[in-house]
Amino acid sequence: MSISPTSALVDPALGSVPAARMRGYWTTVGRRILRDKVSMACACVLALIFLSALAAPWLGLADPYQGSMIRRLRHIGTSGFPLGTDELGRDMLSRLIYGGRLSLIIGILPVILAFGIGTSLGVVAGYVGGKLNTAIMRTVDVFYAFPSVLLAIAISGALGAGIINSIVSLTIVFVPQITRVAESVTTGVRNMDFVEAARASGAGPFTIMRVHMLGNVLGPIFVYATGLISVSMILAAGLSFLGLGTKPPEPEWGLMLNTLRTAIYVNAWVAALPGLMIFTVSICFNLLSDGMRSAMDIRN
Amino acid sequence: MLAYVTRRIFYVIPIVISVALVCFMLVHITPGDPLVAVLPADASQELANQLRIAYGFDRPLPVQFGIWLWKAVNGDLGQSIATGRPVLTEVMRAVGNTVTLAIAAASIGFALGLFFGLIAGYFRDTWIDKVATSIAIAGVSLPHYWLGMVLVIIFSVQLNWLPAVGAGPGGSGAWGWDWQHTRYLILPAITTAAIPMGIVTRTIRALTGDILSQDFVQALRAKGLREIHVFRHVIKNAAPTALAVMGLQLGYMLGGSILIETVFSWPGSGLLLNSAIFQRDLPLLQGTILVLALFFVLLNLMVDIAQAAIDPRIKRG
Repeated sequence: MSISPTSALVDPALGSVPAARMRGYWTTVGRRILRDKVSMACACVLALIFLSALAAPWLGLADPYQGSMIRRLRHIGTSGFPLGTDELGRDMLSRLIYGGRLSLIIGILPVILAFGIGTSLGVVAGYVGGKLNTAIMRTVDVFYAFPSVLLAIAISGALGAGIINSIVSLTIVFVPQITRVAESVTTGVRNMDFVEAARASGAGPFTIMRVHMLGNVLGPIFVYATGLISVSMILAAGLSFLGLGTKPPEPEWGLMLNTLRTAIYVNAWVAALPGLMIFTVSICFNLLSDGMRSAMDIRN
Repeated sequence: MLAYVTRRIFYVIPIVISVALVCFMLVHITPGDPLVAVLPADASQELANQLRIAYGFDRPLPVQFGIWLWKAVNGDLGQSIATGRPVLTEVMRAVGNTVTLAIAAASIGFALGLFFGLIAGYFRDTWIDKVATSIAIAGVSLPHYWLGMVLVIIFSVQLNWLPAVGAGPGGSGAWGWDWQHTRYLILPAITTAAIPMGIVTRTIRALTGDILSQDFVQALRAKGLREIHVFRHVIKNAAPTALAVMGLQLGYMLGGSILIETVFSWPGSGLLLNSAIFQRDLPLLQGTILVLALFFVLLNLMVDIAQAAIDPRIKRG
């Protein structure tokens, strides 16, 4: 996101501040976020999980696919297996860290895709208005008639199991939500004086959208989208948990939770570990999104 | 009021038709021939053609949709491929169990959510607020299927207090209002309640805070109204939005129960959906999703009308 002077104009109060003293809007938001201890702690935890997932092959971990019948379901703290082993004797620590790769991709990618598609649709609908707006927004309404879990499972179930299908179905779930937010924000910005001024000075619709609208619209949509990541992580892992996402033997938190379900009578807490990872990532994204929302609300 | 209700009902008709269209299309986005699921593996080409005509798959899609919709309106959602029974019968039997679970979960989740939300909003920025907000954010971030597993580990595996799966003694699917059956409801209901509890808390907290910062509250206090009566005004002002959020959450609990029903083998619509997906029972899949989505649309309509009934400002808008 660029630091554009127009961004500050969303807030009428800031618009009246003399330009020379005005710090960029995003700089202010950035500083406020950095001062927020909870957000920073969450960012650190997430960074740790992301980096270890990324660097997994170089961390000297056991092979996440290599099982052994003689060391199945070891307890947490067994020597050599700090987090125990799973139902096929594979090292849990290694599988949890490697599992971050797929889990994070299938959880976050749908939101990124939906952010791109939904923002485009919403901004166009909000800016152009008229029949196009009606067409886009009424289509969006149809998807709102399904509870999101049901829609994700319906599409996933119809398409069949698989990582790509699960990403596609979650993207379809989130596009309408982001489109609705983008449309309402755009409609709000479109009626502001500076857009009128740009139009009066001869700017074409695409210039206005790109230069004057996007900078003001992206912030709120972005915050909304980060809030969706938490839901998306839970749903993506949930699809795998049902057997609709990742396929064995791939390490992925939702699928691990599914295959370990039968082991709760033998070694309960090892079986619960993958869920703890999903929970941690999900709560961190939620808190981070909350922090960003309050940091961007300059008036308070 | 009557005009408002009529307008809302008219607005729902195109939505219902589009929902039916989406459900109808589900079968046709399925990779491969929809006939494969009904056909025996060694079926002859002749039999395949006969069945294609019997199921109407040989006609153009819009015609198929029209026929399917007409049958659906008359209560015929086709037959389950796996059991051969009418889809509607199967779905309705399962939906009953899901409704039981959703209502139990809603009573827990909404009561806790309203309580936490009100005290968090009222005692904003105190430790009470911090505790309530933390519980709420944990509630919305929990993978509920995992919460279900953890509760089973604690209360069924370790303490052996409550049953881990099923909806009644001896694997019976029929619900009864006695302790023997209620024991089976406790864990799934608590699990289902977590997310709505968190969302209601967060909504009510924000709402209460907003209302308390408005001028009219100051005026009420200035004229000497006791704090308990001020609180009543807050509740009255928060009610329409709270109702909308709770209605939506109830809809999510009804429609999104598949994960929890799978964890607890709760014989509701979610479990039915699960088996429909894995047995490739497309008519059942289609029918279950249609019924659940229609429930959701109907619930939203009722919430809208209830909101208008208690808040005179909505009707004018």
